[in-house]
Amino acid sequence: MHDVAFEKVTKKFGKVVAVNNISFQVNKGELFTLLGPSGCGKTTTLRLIAGLEIPQSGNIYIKGKNVEKLLPKDRNIGMVFQNYALFPHMNVFDNIAYPLKIRKQPQKEIIHKVTEIAKNLQTEELLSRKPNQISGGQQQRVALGRAMVQEPNVFLFDEPLSNLDAKLRTEARSFLKHIQKEMKTTAIYVTHDQKEAMAISDRIAILDKGVIMQIGTPKEVYKNPENVFVAGFIGDPPMNLLDCSIKYNQNKTVLDFLQFKLDISPIRDLVREKVNNEEVIVFGIRPEDITVEYKDISPNSIKGEVFVVERLGPETIIHVKIGDLILIVRDFSEPNINMGDTIWLKIDLNSVHIYKKEDGKIII
Amino acid sequence: MMFKQRTNLWNNFWIYLILFTLFLFFVLPMIWLVVAPFSSKASLAVKITLPSLNNFRELFKNKIAMLAFKNSFIISFSSTVIVAITSMLAAYALSRTNFKWRSTLLYALLLFSTVVTGIAAMVPLFVLNLRLGLIDSYLSVIFVFIGGFLPVSIFIIKDFFDAIPKDYEEAAIVAGSTPSQGFFRIILPLSQQGMVVIALYIFMNTWGSFLMPFILLRSVNKYPVSVAIYTFFTQEGLPLLGLLSAYSLLYSLPVIVLYIIINRKFGFGFHGGLKG
Repeated sequence: MHDVAFEKVTKKFGKVVAVNNISFQVNKGELFTLLGPSGCGKTTTLRLIAGLEIPQSGNIYIKGKNVEKLLPKDRNIGMVFQNYALFPHMNVFDNIAYPLKIRKQPQKEIIHKVTEIAKNLQTEELLSRKPNQISGGQQQRVALGRAMVQEPNVFLFDEPLSNLDAKLRTEARSFLKHIQKEMKTTAIYVTHDQKEAMAISDRIAILDKGVIMQIGTPKEVYKNPENVFVAGFIGDPPMNLLDCSIKYNQNKTVLDFLQFKLDISPIRDLVREKVNNEEVIVFGIRPEDITVEYKDISPNSIKGEVFVVERLGPETIIHVKIGDLILIVRDFSEPNINMGDTIWLKIDLNSVHIYKKEDGKIII
Repeated sequence: MMFKQRTNLWNNFWIYLILFTLFLFFVLPMIWLVVAPFSSKASLAVKITLPSLNNFRELFKNKIAMLAFKNSFIISFSSTVIVAITSMLAAYALSRTNFKWRSTLLYALLLFSTVVTGIAAMVPLFVLNLRLGLIDSYLSVIFVFIGGFLPVSIFIIKDFFDAIPKDYEEAAIVAGSTPSQGFFRIILPLSQQGMVVIALYIFMNTWGSFLMPFILLRSVNKYPVSVAIYTFFTQEGLPLLGLLSAYSLLYSLPVIVLYIIINRKFGFGFHGGLKG
């Protein structure tokens, strides 16, 4: 049985379709991320689970129970809001205790549970303070505590880390994941930051314009993006995506980029059946699947000029100009190159992705 | 250089003179209000004589004057409570739901309310109360006050609610509250200051209102203080200054006391809500 399931759910705001006929299942104990650019419907999806929005059609299940007709209070959900939404007139203790107080739990139990959670979240010494007297990171933990205290069926996280500064964010991220795994509570996490999604998730659903583009583990969506959108969204720097046309000659299969040609004969059998001669396709290659060479030694390498070099410590990002195209290369060897140098790029044909031009769907 | 300094001095002299005149203009009535009630022979001049409580003694013997305080309290208190509660609920609905013509409705209400309490509505309101058979009852005055102050207070409280992010209620709802629990436990405490300000505003205004009770009430024993004050005239139309001033002082006390209490408790300054 799945902990949360969506079955052909559609939500419209007036004429705008925020969530378009989506279906997915979240397994027990899983940290499932909804990832996408702003306005893709990820927050709406989360609010549908919480019951803050009502879908026009489709079914939503929590722990096997159809919940569309249930009020939010009857769904037993722990939610952390982007701005935490801690009640400003209550101290930290009362904020964490709120879900228990509203359910009229005995005072003794409330005190016991809240202090236990505060200990777990290292916020014990803050219990008597007001939300505006504690730091952003502490507020985030208190919001998490308020979501945890009622032992919810499912956690909902709406970009909980986006208000923290970069350093605190990585720390809070691993803390969040640790807590979630420790409690073994299913969690649905919304973010627009693909790096965060990759780091934290068991599985990721990538959304665009209210439609799920792909669902998979971080590794799956990185290694095998099913369409151009996912290919371009996952990865930093993103995958190189270039338009080209395919040409089947007598003994060679060539991709024609106008500025240069790439012989893909070794993998020609993979595409032959699916792509017609002269058809325009989208060619994709991850920056780390391109090797830099300083001499024209390999056949089938592409000559280019170094446009920008970004040295990031363990890795170096090189923007290479070929005619008016730019290919981004990730190099781990601390190369001794500078702007304006001429280099040759060797593309790993086994890592090439090819997508249809018209609908962006994967070919190989 | 000298010339310039002299002009400054000259300018300042005039400014001080104007300011001082204004100051006297505003402060003299206040001084009179404090001094006159305690003088045995009150006149319009501010004269400090031997203090006596004669005026008050005579005032406390006057049944109509004392009854008027009760009347004022009944009218102001019930108007304030009813307006505060109903406008709070209406403002919340108007703040959190959106429908066609919402802002038109709000502005229409605001516009009409300013007209309704004004002199322009005097005759229609009298006729209306006459037809309803409410003339010479507290209800007539209370109804008119409610109708007059409701739109303004809805408008102001709605602004307070608008400033509170919806996330707070949503957090409360997801945490297990009903929408009304969310309102009473989260939104209301957060807008407490606004509610208090509105309540005080309505109380002060109804307490001080003369025209409506004067028109709608006939019997002397139902007059609020604002109207009863006009009974302290001789038959020739001359004011009994001693009684009048003592009564005025008593009349202004509740509002002043209320203001001080509320200021102590909630504070009207802007320093309370800010960080740091």
